Amino acid sequence: MKSKIKRFFLLALALVLAVSLSACESSGQAASSQVNTWKQVEKSKTIIWGVRNDTRLFGLMDIKSAKLVGFDIDLAKAITKQLLGKDGKAVLFQTSSKTKIPVLKNGNVDALMATVTITPDRKKQVTFSDPYFNAGQSLLVKSDSKIKSIKDLNKNGITVVAVKGTTAVANIHKFAPKARVLEFDDYGQCFTALKAGQGQAMSTDNGILAGIAAENKGYSVVGGTFTHEPYGIAVDKGQTEFAQKINQALKELKQNGTYNKLMHKWFDGIPGFSIKEAAR
Amino acid sequence: MWELFINNWQTFLIGFANTVFSSILALIGSLVIGSGFAILETVPNKFWRIVAKIYIEIFRNIPLLVIAMIFYLVVPQFLFKVNGFTAGTIGLTLYTSAFIAETVRSGINAVGDGQMEGARSNGMTYWQAMRYVILPQAFRIVIPPLGNQFVNLIKNSSVLAFVAGFDLMYQGDIVASNTFETIPTYIIIGIFYLILTMPLSYYMQHLENK
Amino acid sequence: MDFVNALSWVNFRFLLQGLWVTIYVSLISIALSFLIGLLLGTIRYTKTPIISKLVGFIVDVVRNLPLLLIIFFTYFGLPGIGVRVNSLVASIIALVIFESAMISEIVRSGINAVDEGQMEGARSNGMNFVQAMFYVVMPQALLKMIPTLLSQFVSLVKDTSLATIIILPELLYHAQIVYSQNTNYMIPMYLIIAAMYFVVCFCLSMFASYLQRKFDSR
Repeated sequence: MKSKIKRFFLLALALVLAVSLSACESSGQAASSQVNTWKQVEKSKTIIWGVRNDTRLFGLMDIKSAKLVGFDIDLAKAITKQLLGKDGKAVLFQTSSKTKIPVLKNGNVDALMATVTITPDRKKQVTFSDPYFNAGQSLLVKSDSKIKSIKDLNKNGITVVAVKGTTAVANIHKFAPKARVLEFDDYGQCFTALKAGQGQAMSTDNGILAGIAAENKGYSVVGGTFTHEPYGIAVDKGQTEFAQKINQALKELKQNGTYNKLMHKWFDGIPGFSIKEAAR
Repeated sequence: MWELFINNWQTFLIGFANTVFSSILALIGSLVIGSGFAILETVPNKFWRIVAKIYIEIFRNIPLLVIAMIFYLVVPQFLFKVNGFTAGTIGLTLYTSAFIAETVRSGINAVGDGQMEGARSNGMTYWQAMRYVILPQAFRIVIPPLGNQFVNLIKNSSVLAFVAGFDLMYQGDIVASNTFETIPTYIIIGIFYLILTMPLSYYMQHLENK
Repeated sequence: MDFVNALSWVNFRFLLQGLWVTIYVSLISIALSFLIGLLLGTIRYTKTPIISKLVGFIVDVVRNLPLLLIIFFTYFGLPGIGVRVNSLVASIIALVIFESAMISEIVRSGINAVDEGQMEGARSNGMNFVQAMFYVVMPQALLKMIPTLLSQFVSLVKDTSLATIIILPELLYHAQIVYSQNTNYMIPMYLIIAAMYFVVCFCLSMFASYLQRKFDSR
């Protein structure tokens, strides 16, 4: 009886492997025979945007209205109108740091406007527009903390909290190799963990941290920026026509003043933040 | 996919080890606590029966994820510092103990009152009768359902990923977000879980059929 | 800690919206997984060559995987084969896949617990297999299954909380949104949603034991 169970189990494992391998292959094929996103968008008059819902100033769920608000959201809507005319529809699809690239790759969304930093690694996976926002990584700590800059993190026993799937994680490993990094699914979880004492500092881009610090007394952004993080609008790899159209729209919005208006709407009077630098 | 595994095998293995470790700790903990409450639920004293009932109902009717989050985020602000692994394992232990209590209690009930009365009339105290007569039989009856609870426990240990517990799921998330190979990574993770759960659940089925 | 402000009408309404999604997703998933589970359990019981084995194997694989993983597979995997899904659809599909596997196992052992003579008797009275199953065996099997089935449904309600990972706007996720915007609300939020989950699940559990008592007394 026992040998029978064993044999069945081995067979089972082999089958799982076979099924999953073939599934991989077929998904690989689906990606290569992809459709032209721009053509599809133009026809349906709709762009599905992957956006954040946990990032103050960029993309945040407003509890009162149950609507998403922020710079990314407004810019996504503006680009949609610019590309598709007045009756163009922007559908907002909420993503997290962890899910944003996968939902773009697998075709759930047409484009990502979700504080995605343009990096060489990601460029292998997706196609980016021109940068629409220049951020830099910084640190958020309790105001009475001894940590003043990235140098203070490079010690044993220091724990930094960051968000899964962001460039912040790799940068901390690079600039403060001795620090331990704990990763969470979104900025809310991440800040809550910092507050619960699960780490001594939280690290991500300055604009995002400034938004958190503005809402939470007793926390400050320290040490300035130690990286350069240009945000780009991401489309699936090879959708160059769509990316060019987005670049064109972005350029027009900068020329007609809409971009500047949105910048001031969201980032005026945020401490430790320079609009000039971000819009560069 | 093989390449993905070879390039990241250490990351996967750390996760696998933590999942196994957490599951074993939670199994031992929840067996002890669960059996304790099961006995409490069958004692003659009504007060203790109600205490046991409240404990069991609370942990059976609140999602494990919520329990784990409370241990991770709320408890450190009042009581003591816990890391994700510990918070997740404590949550897993308490949650599973409620189910184990129900299972063991049904075993004790199945043994029947006659046995208890018989043992008592032979001069045993209540606790002696429980310890030497009732519990051994009860556990023999509930081994298959307990085994299924253990399978559930292993699967449920994946909530450690929500509290940065470095388990299989958490490590898998990290590989997925670094390599962008989402589906293949989760397939590898799935195979790891099956290695743990499949033999156990087939063995339990085999015991049940006997 | 700030209970009064944390439970302002605005926040409470937001939580109720989340609770509604939890209940809505649970109800749809319970209905669908019950039907599919019945079907799969019956197929496994019939011991039809190949098909029963195959169904049995798939069911065993699914129920030995963490639900969290199945949620990832549906959310990230389905679009790969050309099906666009949002988090609502993905959650429901994942829950239905997982729970119908769990339920089929309950159904199978429920049918097995019915005396084989019942099936034979019904067949010898001229019923075909489907009729015998539907009119004679299944009603008895279902009666035996009720407690286990309902506790599985309670698990399903609790399991919807895992879909926070793919941003299903259910109760736990809405609570997280509220306290991530003002972390003073964290503890009140966890207490209130724990209470909300408890009320929903406990009512379902009570209903289960009510049914059990009712059928036991018959």
